Amino acid sequence: MRCDFADSLLQGYFDGELSGRRASEFERHLRHCVHCATELVDLDLLRDRLQLAQLYEPATASLRRKINTPLHAIAPTTAASQPLLWHWLAAAAALLFVAIVLGRVGPRLHIDDYQAELAGEIVDAYVRSLQPGHMNSIASNDERVVKGWFDAKLKFAIPVRDFANDGFALQGGRLDVVEGRSVAVLVYARPGHLINVFTWPTRERDTSPRVGSRQGYQWIDWRKGKIEFCAVSDAPTPDLQQLQRLFME
Amino acid sequence: MSELGVEDRARFEQLVLPHVDAAFNLARWLLRGRTDAEDVAQEALLRACRFFRGFHGGDARAWLLQIVRNTCYTWLEKNRPMELSMEFDEELHLQTCATPETLAIASDDRKRLILALETLPPRFREVLVLRELEGCSYKEIAAITSIPIGTVMSSLSRARRQLYSALTNSGHKEAAREV
Repeated sequence: MRCDFADSLLQGYFDGELSGRRASEFERHLRHCVHCATELVDLDLLRDRLQLAQLYEPATASLRRKINTPLHAIAPTTAASQPLLWHWLAAAAALLFVAIVLGRVGPRLHIDDYQAELAGEIVDAYVRSLQPGHMNSIASNDERVVKGWFDAKLKFAIPVRDFANDGFALQGGRLDVVEGRSVAVLVYARPGHLINVFTWPTRERDTSPRVGSRQGYQWIDWRKGKIEFCAVSDAPTPDLQQLQRLFME
Repeated sequence: MSELGVEDRARFEQLVLPHVDAAFNLARWLLRGRTDAEDVAQEALLRACRFFRGFHGGDARAWLLQIVRNTCYTWLEKNRPMELSMEFDEELHLQTCATPETLAIASDDRKRLILALETLPPRFREVLVLRELEGCSYKEIAAITSIPIGTVMSSLSRARRQLYSALTNSGHKEAAREV
C-alpha cells in the first residue's frame, strides 16, 4: 500500500519545499515508514540519472542567430586586438538586433491592430481551454460561489452575473493567462456553444464594443468602468452582442 | 505607445533575453523536437516583445516561460491535436510507446531517459522539465503553468512515478507498491 504522505509531503520534502515545521513532521514519519523511505531513495536515484544525462538543451545556434547573433557573433579576439572598433561594433550590433526584433513588431502596434492581436491571444486561450486538463477552474452556476472563488484568487474584483433567464447560463469560471497577466474567465453556456468572457483591470477609458473573428471563432471586446471584457465563442456574433448588452445593463 | 520605447527595449534585452535557453529547452521538451522548438521559441520571443508592456516587473523567466508554454500548446493544438488528448490514455500510451523492448533497444541511459520522458503526457512532462531541468520552485511552476501549487505537487508525484516505472522495464515494481 502506498503511504498517504507519498503524494503530498514526500514530494515537497524531496524538493525542499516544506516549511521547517512540516519538514520535521515528515522526518518523524519517515523514521517508521518504509514505503516513504524507499520512495525517497528512488526519487534520489531518478534525479541523479536525470542530472547525469544532461538533458537540458540550450538554444540552438540558429535560434540565437535569428534572435541575437549581433550580440554574440563577433569573436572576442577582435576585442583584444582592436578594442575601440569592438566597442563600436558591439554597440552597432546591439542596435541592429533591437531593430530586427522590434522592427518586425513595432509598426503593427497601432491601437486597432493591437486590439486584434490581443483578441487573437484570447481566441488561442479559449481554444486551449477546450482541451482536457484545464485545472484552475470552478464549476458552479451560483454567482456568489463563483465570485467568492475569484475574490480569493485575484487582486482585482470582477462582476459575476448569471444570465440564465436570458439564455446565457453561467457555468463557472477559471483563471488564465493572456499577454503574461492573470485574467478571470467567466464561462457561459448557450445551446450548443460555450462562451468565454475574459476580464481584467485596465487603466484605459471606456470603449464601445468591437467585434471580429479569427480561426472560425467570434470575439467582442469592450471596456467599462476600468475593466476590459473580451467574449469569445464559436457562437454567432449577434449572440455575443446580446451578451455584451446584458453585461452593460 | 505604438512601439517599445528605448528604455523598454533595454529592459527587454536585459531582463528577457538571458532566458532564451530556458525558452528553447521548454519548447524542445513540450514539442519533442528541436526544429519545431526553434520556430515556436522564436515566435514566443516575438510575442514576449510585443507584450512586454504588460510585464510589470517580477520574475522575467517565469513570465517568458508562461508565454512559451502557451505558444507551444497553441502550436500543438493546431499541428498535433492528438498529443494533447493523450492524457486520457496514459496507461495505453505507456504500453505502446515505451515498452521494455523499445527502451532496451535505446542503447544508452540518456536515450532511454529521453524516450521515457517524451512518453509522458505533456502536462506531466512540463512539470518535470521545469522542476528537474530548469530548477523552478513550485511557486514558479504554478505561475508558469497556471495550475495551483497543490496540483503542481501531485502532478510531479505522478510524473515521477510514471517516469520511474517506464524506466524500470515494466510496471511490476509500481504494481507491487500499489497493492
